[in-house]
Amino acid sequence: MRSFTYERANTPGEAAAAVARTPGARFIAGGTNLLDLMKLQIETPTHLVDVNGLKLDTIEPAPEGGLRIGALVRNTDLAADERVRRDYAVLSRALLAGASGQLRNRATTAGNLLQRTRCPYFYDTAQPCNKRQPGSGCSALDGVSRQLGIVGVSDACIATNPSDMAVAMRVLDATVETVKPGGVSRTIPIAEFHRLPGDTPHVETALEAGELIIAVTLPPPLGGRQIYRKVRDRASYAFALVSVAAVIHQDGTGRVALGGVAHKPWRIEAAEADLPRGPKVVTEQLLADAKPTHDNAFKRPLVERTLGAVISQARN
Amino acid sequence: MAHPSELNVNRREVIAGAGACAAVAAAPLPAGAQRSRVETPVLTQVSFNVNGQLHTLEIDTRTTLLDALREHLHLTGTKKGCDHGQCGACTVLVDGRRINSCLTLAVMHQGDTVTTIEGLGTPDNLHPMQAAFIKHDGYQCGYCTPGQICSGVAVLDEIKAGIPSHVTADLTGSVQLSEAEIRERMSGNICRCGAYSNIVEAMTEVAEKQG
Ligand SMILES: Cc1cc2nc3c(=O)[nH]c(=O)nc-3n(C[C@H](O)[C@H](O)[C@H](O)COP(=O)(O)OP(=O)(O)OC[C@H]3O[C@@H](n4cnc5c(N)ncnc54)[C@H](O)[C@@H]3O)c2cc1C
Ligand code: SF4
Repeated sequence: MRSFTYERANTPGEAAAAVARTPGARFIAGGTNLLDLMKLQIETPTHLVDVNGLKLDTIEPAPEGGLRIGALVRNTDLAADERVRRDYAVLSRALLAGASGQLRNRATTAGNLLQRTRCPYFYDTAQPCNKRQPGSGCSALDGVSRQLGIVGVSDACIATNPSDMAVAMRVLDATVETVKPGGVSRTIPIAEFHRLPGDTPHVETALEAGELIIAVTLPPPLGGRQIYRKVRDRASYAFALVSVAAVIHQDGTGRVALGGVAHKPWRIEAAEADLPRGPKVVTEQLLADAKPTHDNAFKRPLVERTLGAVISQARN
Repeated sequence: MAHPSELNVNRREVIAGAGACAAVAAAPLPAGAQRSRVETPVLTQVSFNVNGQLHTLEIDTRTTLLDALREHLHLTGTKKGCDHGQCGACTVLVDGRRINSCLTLAVMHQGDTVTTIEGLGTPDNLHPMQAAFIKHDGYQCGYCTPGQICSGVAVLDEIKAGIPSHVTADLTGSVQLSEAEIRERMSGNICRCGAYSNIVEAMTEVAEKQG
């Protein structure tokens, strides 16, 4: 790990200003992703601004009827919150399907949204990777790509976003609230928060340098059957090969988002009108532009079957 | 034959020596790693309570909580397995909650209360979970055991507190103790010897005694 200086911030404005002021500075929340990457020198911050003291760890009713989740609320606490369990079960389920009990006790809402890809070549510093070192090439294109993306991919990067929570946030249409170093705050719809790789796969979100996430807001409850189904190599403690987050109403209408297939949670609203017609037509639309590799072509039928299982679970 | 404690000392010295060599004969840096920044350690002070005792340490900011416990406080019960949050050997309780001590910096724990395996019980006065692990043979080599026991204690508290898990059938109902719940909640603690079924038995017995 490279050496770094460290400070504890007391207010969001102070934290954002501290990161903006110091070149190479980063926020640290739970630390479960950043420290992992720092040990491998994939991340080499010169200064860490600890945001754990910002008192952004509460879940409050939002004025419009939803819930406003502080950026520092731990994944365990978010999943266990009674209101979330009752009204946003897909979010509880997605969180509980991710990582381990120990990790969820530390991982925060903001940190989870910003966790980086699990592409094996991103982790292997001896291999070219455009995301880790822009312009060096993508080792995954001709490499082992079983885990990687099939849709929204580019010639520069086919990595996936590994977050389970983000897939649920996308199906719920959450908004991300931030404060910029100058003190200006803004809200970013989750649909626009994560980016596709294009030719700049190292630019992963809409956040600007030093921009601090302060909360994530869920809209008023949607009702319906809320399901998160994650398909993985082990029954527990493994990243998704494919996952489906769904809100399905009694008449069969609803919404669906996919995890494990793209650089961001994958949702195409126009495809959802066909949900009552079953998984095949919906999957065809969701994956119309898919460009799977030899290794991960299995994800297409896996998406269709997982979606089929979710739709029938919603009926029972 | 050397006395076990001598062996220990020797092993430690060898490891420390090897680390020093690596630092001197710096291997070429992998692509992507930043080059030739002067590595001046940044020292900082942090105080926290470990097993009922307040400690103040002057440490390199890079020190994880795990390394602070093992290398600075010489509480070597907590183990370093993968050092990447994947195996659970480093599990300790911070303010009553289990975390991976390898994926958190010591400086981030100013004022916190840390409980390690040494704080749960002693050889003369075992914690019920320690006693149950012995009774049910919840280990073979024992390396993952401190982490398993810390996690096991926390898991029973989490179930009591009604925190749901991936296998909890009804999110709006109460959480019931079951083998499936224990297995799911313990998935962050890997046991290379495969003592899992005995660990489940040990935890089940403690849970039943607690009522
Ligand atoms: C072994 C293992 C298994 C895992 N399995 C899963 C899994 O199955 N599913 C899953 O979804 N996840 C999984 N994870 C990932 C885990 O969910 C993330 O590590 C965690 O959510 C990151 O949150 P954190 O608070 O620790 O982030 P940190 O590591 O503290 O930060 C992550 C990033 O976010 C930035 N950041 C943090 N807070 C803010 C803020 N308020 N504003 C702006 N930037 C901020 C940091 O600068 C950093 O770049 C796993 C992790 C491990 C180690
Ligand atoms: S897929 Fe993306 S993250 Fe993986 S090697 Fe290619 S550029 Fe790097």
